Amino acid sequence: MSKMHIKLTVNGKEEELLAEPRELLIYVLRERLNLTGPHVGCETSHCGACTVEMNGKSVKSCTVLAAQANGAEITTIEGLGTPDELHVLQKMFKEHHGLQCGYCTPGMITRAHRLLQENPNPSEEEVRFGMAGNLCRCTGYQNIVKSIMAAAAEMNSAKEAAE
Amino acid sequence: MIPPAFEYHRPQDVASAVQILAEQGDEARCLAGGHSLIPMMKLRMAAVEHLVDLQDIAEMQGITTESGTIRIGAMVTQHELITSDALASAAPIIREAALQIADPQVRYMGTVGGNVANGDPGNDMPGLMQALDATFHLHGPDGARDVAAREFFEAAYMTAREDEEILTAITFAPHAKGYAYEKQKRKIGDYATAAAAVLIEKDGMVAGNATVAMTNLSDTPVFSEAAGAALTGTSCDAHAMKAAIDAMLNDIDPTEDNRGPVEFKRHVAGVILSRAISRAWDRA
Repeated sequence: MSKMHIKLTVNGKEEELLAEPRELLIYVLRERLNLTGPHVGCETSHCGACTVEMNGKSVKSCTVLAAQANGAEITTIEGLGTPDELHVLQKMFKEHHGLQCGYCTPGMITRAHRLLQENPNPSEEEVRFGMAGNLCRCTGYQNIVKSIMAAAAEMNSAKEAAE
Repeated sequence: MIPPAFEYHRPQDVASAVQILAEQGDEARCLAGGHSLIPMMKLRMAAVEHLVDLQDIAEMQGITTESGTIRIGAMVTQHELITSDALASAAPIIREAALQIADPQVRYMGTVGGNVANGDPGNDMPGLMQALDATFHLHGPDGARDVAAREFFEAAYMTAREDEEILTAITFAPHAKGYAYEKQKRKIGDYATAAAAVLIEKDGMVAGNATVAMTNLSDTPVFSEAAGAALTGTSCDAHAMKAAIDAMLNDIDPTEDNRGPVEFKRHVAGVILSRAISRAWDRA
């Protein structure tokens, strides 16, 4: 089967590559573009470790074909913050112990980012419901929820201060 | 897990998509959100030589609620169903059910058309569409035809849709009151152990027309005409409720699997239906 030309905008940067249509988005990101933030967890669309943002939706990139993503805008954890300048969600996960082994964290934060775009002021229950597609085997979720609530509060007060 | 190789197509309109299906026969499959098909391709349980991605087809998008008919394009995602205010006021049972499907990420990709056309008895939309008496619009090489949701499902993964046909849209009448979609599942993302869609129209002090459909309790969704009839003309009291549940239990045919033995599923079906009837009646 022939390879196809695929264009993606990843973290604001235009990328072009040749890929077989059957290649999964997660492998294009990790192995061709060297973006190893999104992780391969279950590979069966259950765990959410591979979550990235595609055209304003949170998606499990293990269940999206590179061909389907052709033309899309993608944001990975690398596009949210840098080690020197952490995103507020990254800061709050650090402060509130929202991670232990860290494997689920990029997916958690990328998903939480979209959740807060759509609902900047979520209740604890809404955070839990909105994060239900991401599994964590370490934390028991308490501190993840706490981190996201704290990030929402921080983002809202920054927004108020700016107004 | 990577799917076997295939040729990828992304047609821009229904006619071109149908043409590819007609040319490639049963070697071609349509791709909607991909969250049922791609996992099956990874497991080598679905063999696809030609994958026809429907994402660019504008005629299969969008929700309209004009002139007494609701039309939902087949490529509308569960997320779009949930966030549509027009749909929430015209047929709120759709949002109630869609919120119980899978998880947020899957709902951004999963479509209403994929959910009904796949013919998986575990999917939630088929029973719901039967309760709403929806019509499915199919396009094939010989033109368009309509099939009632209540006539569409033949067996597990077997529907009235021919291989070279595409389900492009769903239409049904508004139903703003007297609704409930109740689902028992083991965890987020699971299919139902049992689920019930109930719609009740109030006629004075009693129930008028009432419809009941059950999910994942047979190899197709189960539209239980007798269960609905048992509610009509009653105030949905304990006696009517029992009659409806008995009628429903006559119509379902669950099999044992990792969600439990047959006896347990029949028990859960009764509990779920009684909850759905109570909630629908409260809202009628």
